[in-house]
Amino acid sequence: MAQLTFREAVAAALEQEMARDESVVLLGEDVGSGGVFKTTAGLKDRFGAARVWDTPISEQAIAGAAMGAAAAGLRPVAEIMFSDFYATCWDQIANEIAKACYMTGGQLTMPLVVRGTNGGGLGFGAQHSQSVENWAMCIPGIKIVSPSTPDDMWGLLAASIRDDEPVLVFEHKALFGTKAERPTGDHLVGLGEAARRRAGDDVTLVGLARTVGMCEQAADALGGDGVTADVLDLRCLVPLDAAAVLASARRTGRVVIVEENPGQLGWGAGVAAILAEEAFDDLRAPIVRVSGGNVPLPVAAAMEAEVTPSAEKVAAAARGLLEGRIPAATTARA
Amino acid sequence: MLRIRQFETKLDVLYRQGRVRGPAHLGLGQEAIAVGVAAALGPGDASLGTYRGHAHALARGASEEAVLRELLGRVGGVCGGKGGSMHITSVEHGYYGSYAIVGGHIPTAVGMAWASRIRGDGGVTACFFGDGTTNIGAFHEAVNLAAVWKLPAVFVCENNHYMEYTPIGDVIPVERPAADRAPAYGLEPLVVDGNDVAAVREVARAAVERARRGDGPTLVEATTYRLTGHSVADGGAYRHPDEVSAARARDPLVRLATDLARSGEMTVDQSEALVARVKGEMDALAAHVLAEPAPDAAAAWTGMWSDGSSTWRN
Repeated sequence: MAQLTFREAVAAALEQEMARDESVVLLGEDVGSGGVFKTTAGLKDRFGAARVWDTPISEQAIAGAAMGAAAAGLRPVAEIMFSDFYATCWDQIANEIAKACYMTGGQLTMPLVVRGTNGGGLGFGAQHSQSVENWAMCIPGIKIVSPSTPDDMWGLLAASIRDDEPVLVFEHKALFGTKAERPTGDHLVGLGEAARRRAGDDVTLVGLARTVGMCEQAADALGGDGVTADVLDLRCLVPLDAAAVLASARRTGRVVIVEENPGQLGWGAGVAAILAEEAFDDLRAPIVRVSGGNVPLPVAAAMEAEVTPSAEKVAAAARGLLEGRIPAATTARA
Repeated sequence: MLRIRQFETKLDVLYRQGRVRGPAHLGLGQEAIAVGVAAALGPGDASLGTYRGHAHALARGASEEAVLRELLGRVGGVCGGKGGSMHITSVEHGYYGSYAIVGGHIPTAVGMAWASRIRGDGGVTACFFGDGTTNIGAFHEAVNLAAVWKLPAVFVCENNHYMEYTPIGDVIPVERPAADRAPAYGLEPLVVDGNDVAAVREVARAAVERARRGDGPTLVEATTYRLTGHSVADGGAYRHPDEVSAARARDPLVRLATDLARSGEMTVDQSEALVARVKGEMDALAAHVLAEPAPDAAAAWTGMWSDGSSTWRN
């Protein structure tokens, strides 16, 4: 069977949608040459300079141009090379794009995608490694997609481009080399539906992007103890498949949420609040989050690992819950 | 121009009566820029403005009643009660919105011009902003990109000489906030008397034609003066009374009436009668709108997404 990397899945989704709909146009820094991570490789050759636009280093202009093009009825896909750089164009994302439809009484719509790399694990340091889905989750009016597999990277990105709302798509740079069987034909994965990656009855592990793999490994390790874990891959934070998390939590009674962003206000806090408010009576243990540390990400490998979630930390947290104690291993407490 | 003047003059009164919720930023004295540029735009063209945007919406043909309903918090507002003074939008008239983050809308305007270039639809996008905006990064990124991509955009700096309460000269290292920055983007420095509606129209027509020809953007600096404070809450006490009275003498409406009288197109009596008639119409419009009900509060929960819903989770 043909294989597909997470990296190739980005270009596959873009190619699929650009071939299908000529209103899909790309812009970003170096996208014409394939980009720093080669996620747009080959697209300018196939679709030409009128569809793939190289920009200056101007994130405000990039995000704003996407907004204007969307207002004019195109379906732009803007690349922000590293998600840390959202900080340089947050006005366009948070104040303009997210609010345009609502504050104009529906006169403007924003069928656009802003995509780019996200997350740590490669030693890129404090300004090129952050997981910032939680920044966006504070802002009503933006959909948030963060895939964990090549299959989802393709299908969710394609669906995001077809979506009539603004979608931020986060591509975890530590996953680019991961491989899976290549989907055949047109591929689409609808937004807002969590995926069950492992089925189990004793504890629910909730992950997103890279932490899904950690949850799967933790589930495998727990299996050696005779414990079965339900692993949920949220895939999207908005729309959030809260129903899937609540259903699993009600069944297992124990939940570990694994988020790469700093725990002091991660997306997991929002998920935990939903569980506390809506499934409290069914929980048999406190909700625990395994989060990134509340420090900027350091570069030295051992230090970065120290403040990043891992399968071991997830398994330790789950074992703690199963043993009836509040686990101390979560980095959010560091 | 007269209708916009009387609309905003009435709005000023309504604000002082406590009828307008939130801030309102009037453009009294600056109307010739909005009107002159709008006269150069066609129905397929777009324009975007700022929180001082009533004139820009009305000049494109937005309904006075729908705008006033929005400003007075009545049902049927042009943004359904969700936008208010600072976000007046009328897409059906080509006015793609008023934005209240200084400079935040200029990249958006560039994106609209980019879409016109991609489609080859001949559309031009005009973008209004103030002199203070020339100090924010989004302005520079946007104008640079438009120049690099030769986009059909017309950037119009309304230089009213004040960045909110601060004289613009105190916060720029050049004399002219937009014109002196233009060469940095390969654009001609261009200044027009923004209180001369005919001159503005002429400059705007040339810029629109240039954009439509595919020759790229133009950055116009239109000099003017804000006859009132930064917002209706600001008395403008930081300005010398002599400066304000000198500016009143250059009022674009006074100037137009004088020119029309001189050319014989409209006598002083006729123009005074016209002012009285429009004032009466605005009084009647306000009375009519004030009698209307408020929008349904539950509508606040709708319309975050394009399908009208606001649901973020199941």
